[in-house]
Amino acid sequence: MAVFDPVKVAFFVEVLVSGLLSGILYALVALGFVLIFKASGVFNFAQGAMVLVAGLALVRTLNWLEAHLPFWLALLLALSFAGALMTGIAWAVERFVLRKLVNQTALALFMATIGITFVLEGLGQQIFGAQVYKLDIGLPRDNIFALESLFDGGILLNTLDLWSALLAAAIVGALAFFFQWTRTGRALRAVADDHSAAQSVGIPLTRVWFIVWVVAGLVAIAAAAVWGSKVGVQFSLVYVALKALPVIIVGGLTSVPGAILGGLLIGAGEKLAEVYLGPSLGGGIEHWFAYVVALVVLLVRPQGLFGDRIIERI
Amino acid sequence: MQRLEQGEGESGRLSPILTVNNIEVVYDHVALVLKGVSLTVPERGVVALLGANGAGKTTALRAISNLLKGERGEVTKGSITFAGERVDRLTPNNLVRRGCIQVLEGRRCFGHLTIEENLLTGAYTRPDGAAAIRRDLDHIYETFPRLRQRRTSLAGYVSGGEQQMCAIGRALMSKPRMILLDEPSMGLAPQVVEEIFAIVRELNLREGVSFLLAEQNTRMALKYATYGYILETGRVVMDGPAEAMRENDDVKEFYIGRADAQGANFRNVKTYRRRKRWLS
Ligand SMILES: Nc1ncnc2c1ncn2[C@@H]1O[C@H](COP(=O)(O)OP(=O)(O)OP(=O)(O)O)[C@@H](O)[C@H]1O
Ligand SMILES: [Mg+2]
Repeated sequence: MAVFDPVKVAFFVEVLVSGLLSGILYALVALGFVLIFKASGVFNFAQGAMVLVAGLALVRTLNWLEAHLPFWLALLLALSFAGALMTGIAWAVERFVLRKLVNQTALALFMATIGITFVLEGLGQQIFGAQVYKLDIGLPRDNIFALESLFDGGILLNTLDLWSALLAAAIVGALAFFFQWTRTGRALRAVADDHSAAQSVGIPLTRVWFIVWVVAGLVAIAAAAVWGSKVGVQFSLVYVALKALPVIIVGGLTSVPGAILGGLLIGAGEKLAEVYLGPSLGGGIEHWFAYVVALVVLLVRPQGLFGDRIIERI
Repeated sequence: MQRLEQGEGESGRLSPILTVNNIEVVYDHVALVLKGVSLTVPERGVVALLGANGAGKTTALRAISNLLKGERGEVTKGSITFAGERVDRLTPNNLVRRGCIQVLEGRRCFGHLTIEENLLTGAYTRPDGAAAIRRDLDHIYETFPRLRQRRTSLAGYVSGGEQQMCAIGRALMSKPRMILLDEPSMGLAPQVVEEIFAIVRELNLREGVSFLLAEQNTRMALKYATYGYILETGRVVMDGPAEAMRENDDVKEFYIGRADAQGANFRNVKTYRRRKRWLS
């Protein structure tokens, strides 16, 4: 009986939707991991640091330019600057790290990305500052009530979350198109399938790695823009990015749809668990729920729900 | 660079498209695997590179196509000339652009891509536009009608013969002058092997593509090639026109296996072959 109490259903939907919305953001970060792992077999620990650096570059240039230029122009320039910076990072990583480490073990490459993490975090904060910066990219942030015809009083939504979700969905759509239908996208998928065969038909691996790190960098900018709008640009973005780890374990390291669904699953799951199990388990579930789910998935289905490669010990 | 004088007489001695001159290959800086190999492929020729497993056939092809680096191998001595130019310091990408492409042992189609997408990846290096690529794709489908039927299937799920056709078709999409074909017969039923070799001959005659064919299947390779080399532990131990080789007692003996030193080796070859056939 109680299940169909409209107030309770409305509340459930509200929790679910807000969970799904933050899940989309997890998915965005997870996508960066998956892209790099598929194309180069590198487990990129630095994805979180890339989000941080992208966010810092974006917010600092935006705040500075805003004072002198119309907002939209400042935003455009700040985004371009962040894009150029991420491209530069991709170039440097390919040129000075990946190229030197071709044929090394996955562990050596993983260690290298830990090194990249420290360099990015250190330099990023050195150059752009280490405080909390408020980011406003012009997305509205009012609370609205939706589905009023369905539920009495509707459900409470934040438009910032809605816009973020739309933006994330657009990016995912653009990536899907890029991978499925362009020549370069096809080449990236070929490399992900079989490095050596891709090389044999003349696809240059170094170029593919560069492109994939650029794409991961752009995804990092998007993730930083939406997360930053929500919680401000600060060092803790790195921890948000850590949430992407359980997401890819759940979704599978090699699967783009897996990253997206994994993100939604974890986002919704942790919110629902917090609200419905929190009272009996003492709260704070949100912070560890994702890792427990990941652990269970690792035990039951180590390749993730959609992946086809087993994650080896790292 | 002048080349392409037509062959004079039955010896068919055309100017070479590929010359490998006394190369040595080392893996991991220590394992010397090719110990001075020289061979020549004439323009529009089909040349067989024969030998038991571990003889160094794949290594020789990878040395030519510059695909050794990924295997931690290196050409430490000698030179390789393709179409009149030294190519031993090029990238695979650059060599494919010049018209020399390798079809890897074991076919190596992109399993998560459709047959058509696989074929299109072969056109990656081509500067000409989508229309020309479409036309050539159609042309490949005429050569391999079975690929047209399977064009939307994932390459990982088609038969071994279809995968081999896909791998050859993919190489053809780069518009090569020469294909380095590594063990096309591997793991395929005899009639499928015939079919593949017949297509190789057709491509050679009709489109003038040269082939260097690494094979353990000596009989089949010598049936379709015009010239052959036999490798043994990293050295060329015999070469000659295919016809002469087919009749040669040593070759027959080699093919049946040598009683003395090679005895143990030959057993390996046989079980290896059998394993290959059953596993793939
Ligand atoms: N990546 C590598 N690192 C070290 N040694 C290698 C490597 N690849 C091949 N070898 C060695 O080089 C030798 C020649 O191998 P290769 O693969 O060229 O032989 P093959 O004639 O192609 O044999 P098969 O008919 O089995 O394909 C073998 O002894 C092999 O063990
Ligand atoms: Mg071989």
